Amino acid sequence: MLRLPKTRVAKPTTVAQAVALLVEHGEVAMPIAGGTDLLPNMKHGLFEPEVLVALGGIKELQRFELQTDGTLILGAGVSLDRIAADERVQRTAPALAQAAGLVAGPQLRRMGTLGGNVMLDTRCQWYNQTHFWRQALGYCLKKDGTVCHVVAGGKKCVAAASNDTAPTLMTLQATLVFEGRSGRREVAIDDLWHTDGIHNKKLGTDEILVEVRVPPRATGHRGAYGKLRERGSIDYPMLGVAARLDVGRDGAVEGADLVLVALQARPVRVRRAAELLIGVPSSGDNFAEAVAAVAEAAYAQAHPMPNIPGDHEWRREMVPVYVARTLHAAATGTGPVHHV
Amino acid sequence: MDARLFEGPRERGITLMAARDQHGVGAPFGDRFQVVGRAERKVDGLAKATGQAVYTDDIQLPGMLHAKILRSPHAHARIRSIDTSKALALPGVHAVITGRDMPIKYGVIPWTPDENALALEKVRFIGDEVAAVAALDEDTANAALRLIEVDYEVLPAHFDPKDALAKPEVQIHETPEKPDRGNVSKHVRLEFGDVDQALEDADVVLEGHYRFHGSTHAPIEPHCAVAQVSPDGVLTLWSATQITHYVHRALARVLELKESRIRVIQPCLGGAFGGKSDPFALEFAVAKLAMVTGRPVKMLWTREEVFYAHRGRHPMQLHYRSGIRRDGKLTGVDAKILIDGGSYSSFGLVTTYYSGQLLTGPVHFPTYRFDSTRVFTNKPPCGPKRGHGSVQPRFAFEVQLDELAEAVALDPIELRRRNWQGEHTHTVNGQRITSNGFLGCLDEVERASGWRERRGKLPFGRGLGVAGSMYISGTNYAIYPNDMPQAGIQIKLDRSGLATVFTGGNDIGQGSNSVCRAIVAEELGLDPDDVRVVAADTDLCPVDLGAYSSRVTFMVGNATIDAARKLRRLVTGAVAKKWSVPENRIFMGRGEVFDLEDRSRAITSREAIQIAEALHDTLGATGSYNTPKLGGDYRGGTIGASPAYSFTAHVVEAEVDVETGRIHLHNCWVAHDCGRALNPMLVAGQMEGSAYMGLAEAVMEVHDINRFGLHAGPSLLDYRIPTSVDTPELHALIVESLDPEGPYGAKEAGEGPLHPALPAISNAVYDAVGVRLRELPFTPAAVLRALRAAGVGPKARAAQQPEGARR
Ligand SMILES: Cc1cc2nc3c(=O)[nH]c(=O)nc-3n(C[C@H](O)[C@H](O)[C@H](O)COP(=O)(O)OP(=O)(O)OC[C@H]3O[C@@H](n4cnc5c(N)ncnc54)[C@H](O)[C@@H]3O)c2cc1C
Ligand code: SF4
Repeated sequence: MLRLPKTRVAKPTTVAQAVALLVEHGEVAMPIAGGTDLLPNMKHGLFEPEVLVALGGIKELQRFELQTDGTLILGAGVSLDRIAADERVQRTAPALAQAAGLVAGPQLRRMGTLGGNVMLDTRCQWYNQTHFWRQALGYCLKKDGTVCHVVAGGKKCVAAASNDTAPTLMTLQATLVFEGRSGRREVAIDDLWHTDGIHNKKLGTDEILVEVRVPPRATGHRGAYGKLRERGSIDYPMLGVAARLDVGRDGAVEGADLVLVALQARPVRVRRAAELLIGVPSSGDNFAEAVAAVAEAAYAQAHPMPNIPGDHEWRREMVPVYVARTLHAAATGTGPVHHV
Repeated sequence: MDARLFEGPRERGITLMAARDQHGVGAPFGDRFQVVGRAERKVDGLAKATGQAVYTDDIQLPGMLHAKILRSPHAHARIRSIDTSKALALPGVHAVITGRDMPIKYGVIPWTPDENALALEKVRFIGDEVAAVAALDEDTANAALRLIEVDYEVLPAHFDPKDALAKPEVQIHETPEKPDRGNVSKHVRLEFGDVDQALEDADVVLEGHYRFHGSTHAPIEPHCAVAQVSPDGVLTLWSATQITHYVHRALARVLELKESRIRVIQPCLGGAFGGKSDPFALEFAVAKLAMVTGRPVKMLWTREEVFYAHRGRHPMQLHYRSGIRRDGKLTGVDAKILIDGGSYSSFGLVTTYYSGQLLTGPVHFPTYRFDSTRVFTNKPPCGPKRGHGSVQPRFAFEVQLDELAEAVALDPIELRRRNWQGEHTHTVNGQRITSNGFLGCLDEVERASGWRERRGKLPFGRGLGVAGSMYISGTNYAIYPNDMPQAGIQIKLDRSGLATVFTGGNDIGQGSNSVCRAIVAEELGLDPDDVRVVAADTDLCPVDLGAYSSRVTFMVGNATIDAARKLRRLVTGAVAKKWSVPENRIFMGRGEVFDLEDRSRAITSREAIQIAEALHDTLGATGSYNTPKLGGDYRGGTIGASPAYSFTAHVVEAEVDVETGRIHLHNCWVAHDCGRALNPMLVAGQMEGSAYMGLAEAVMEVHDINRFGLHAGPSLLDYRIPTSVDTPELHALIVESLDPEGPYGAKEAGEGPLHPALPAISNAVYDAVGVRLRELPFTPAAVLRALRAAGVGPKARAAQQPEGARR
């Protein structure tokens, strides 16, 4: 077995204590929730924290409420299996429930948290490897090295955002509540991201994600998540598609959003999706035509790179297929789109 | 059975076989079996399920040190020097060893000793072993590895066997005595009959190129070994191995110790599949480190290291040309095969022969030629994986058979029936075939899959495919030449009523210990709970050659019957004498002994054993098995010669998503002729496990080396073995042909049922969408490309697809 480097573990019971610990230890400290991303990464020598600030004992992070106005409040520490199985989430934010239910495998969903999923490190076939392997390669830009193996001569890391819930939260226009040394701040999840594979989140080292707030859904809200992966379980997305449709009384689409993940360093919105779908009836030939047009637009916009394992040309070919299937699934309430 | 003109090298008469090796197919008492044929739980089933089983890594010895191995970061390099002084100076480090400490080369095949326990002058792949450290704990050992300084002269490397052939000046194994050898590891060319003429005479000749990509075993338990040297100098090695005997021999050779001073023990094993059938660096390293430090030493490999140890299935490029007549009879087969061996020989000599030798049944072709070349490359060494050497050619040939059937407008099952070789016959390359239940296998899969009603008639996108195969039940090629038995058994029986069986056989999860128990219980009429099996301990157990070539049930099973029958005669004789009745009136079964003609005269087995112990003194017996003389009368003719062959047929039901290229496997019907199912539950388990493994390497698993010579993803996240949700319904259909020489008629069941899975998928895809897949793996990306090339499904969007993604 790979060895886990020795670290100290601090166990705060409040968010304030956790923040204080991060401030006290600075760069050498990292928060840890379920550890399902961080611990393997530490075994690979990708992160070398000396202090782990364990969030598992903080009650506030377990908040899980549907407020009367329809706002869904999900503490960062809520496990993915609870989100996936929760009837309120399934009803108000189906794409999120579906995405959470397709993360990794059952054991990992039990340990893994929503906060950890939003904060997931980017992934790359040249990076998520052991120290021996990376050393034999000569390392890469993202950790310990000076070159990128994905883009020849590239000066920027293009490791892929690989968190399944992130694109669904974007389509749901969620906001994130962070607490750091200067108090709490709310950020629209759209504004969290950098297009930089090394650090794809705008975040201070003293900040903790406290909760995710999903605003009240529109009447006629429909959502779905589509996930492309090799196996029917365990695997990270090779492509993730989150779709939202707001369908009016007359059956026409009034609002739409489409966000893809596992392509680039950040989740990407398909810009023309709303434009092509709004005003179109949510079923029938017109809808199918509009969906096909969105699929083409997504294809034109998406350029998967050989960052994560798997044939990237095939991943590109799958963009329109999964976009179309996910939009249809959203319209008919038959998500998720997944091959098993 | 149709009499057929045999055109092989030589018709052979009755083969001579020692009486001890032939036991008939019937039950020892009466006409019914007591234990054999029942679904008995495995001897270690409960211990494994409850976590009580002791695996090698569970062993903790007082004062035990932990060892780690330094590996080469270069695919090909000369070692100029190694400086271990800084590592040795690290507190907590007890010893550091390098290749110089164990300079003698070894190899599991004695003719090709090209491995060093730790590299001596050169490293040949990324991950090759260079030095080993023993320290107080694993972290200290790892820290010490980073302090070892190795000065390498990096050499050009080969990752492609064609390049390795084309550029022999970059030679991976230097052969000053044979300068022309280049990077050829082994070349075999054999011809039986006039193939060229036979292809001339055919009505249709088909030619095709096929490819197998390479896969690995991925057993759940990583390799692990613990060594201890007793104060009087006896070395004990516990190792997760499937070949205690060969490890024993290799240790003696490399460490220059007498075999009698070494004891090798295989604890409970968490899977092997051929990946633990070579001696490995860790076994030599812990032994040497234990000798140097005087402390017990353990080494457990990481999952990544298991991928470097590899010995997995060889990538092969296969070219087949076959001829058929209008009446559906094959005339000849011509094969040319290029085998990528990776960096060392391992079993490669045998692999090269097997790539041709094992194709000659159950379908008969009167002429045959194969020309196989195994080439060294700077990649992890390939070796034997379940279905050693024959899964790849079987894939190619069974797909070509499907093409031939189409060419002569025959149903593919019918084609196979028409060309069936028959039973009690010989193959074109001179192998003796005894029982042959292949027709029964075809009938079973045809019936169970609804073949007649459904094949060719399912909606577009869904299809059925068939394939067949044959495999050995052990081989008479004993790896090192000797006249001693291939399998030995010892049984102790005493007044407690317990029989203890000592077998050198390696139970690697396939259930060989359970088979031993069943046979002893059957022969001695004992309750299986009163039989204990002690296995794979070279101090305690008679020699068995190990768990490979599907030999254990057949050979150890026969040896067990041999020993148990000797004991049985002692017991029945003693009881008969005491009761003054003829011996054949004594019945033993399930813990009871009685007079067949007077049922009121009955005692327990324990009482009967006591009568025997009183009459004959301490009870014990040994038993042995050796194969009869087998094989074609030509060089290499014994490689692949088996005392019995198993036969398999699969039908796979597949659905192709033409938009994504993904193949959804719905059903796999596996019919397998195992001779007799000694334990149908274990046989079905082997059949399902085999089919699973074959399907896995067809559609998911890729053992790939990237452009840097690095394993593309040495982890169970990136090397994708199917999960339960990815596995189709597997239907095990047992066919029994009762082999005259198998134990109670049994043959192998652990490897044969893997073979047809791969070609059956390809053939099902053809039925589903009319596209032939000749190159493995059938990943969705590859399938989508094939569909588009054939104009099936939606067209590609971009006019130009950039060639060859950077990997
Ligand atoms: C085999 C395997 C397969 C996987 N497959 C998938 C997959 O298919 N899809 C997917 O999305 N993920 C996958 N994962 C990753 C992971 O399991 C999930 O993303 C999970 O949600 C991570 O949550 P966690 O609580 O375990 O995070 P942790 O590992 O505890 O943390 C992850 C990161 O987030 C930071 N962090 C955690 N909580 C907070 C917080 N409240 N505030 C600030 N920072 C925080 C940590 O410092 C760390 O950098 C897989 C992991 C494994 C091992
Ligand atoms: S994209 Fe991959 S290879 Fe390139 S710098 Fe990022 S992690 Fe390294």
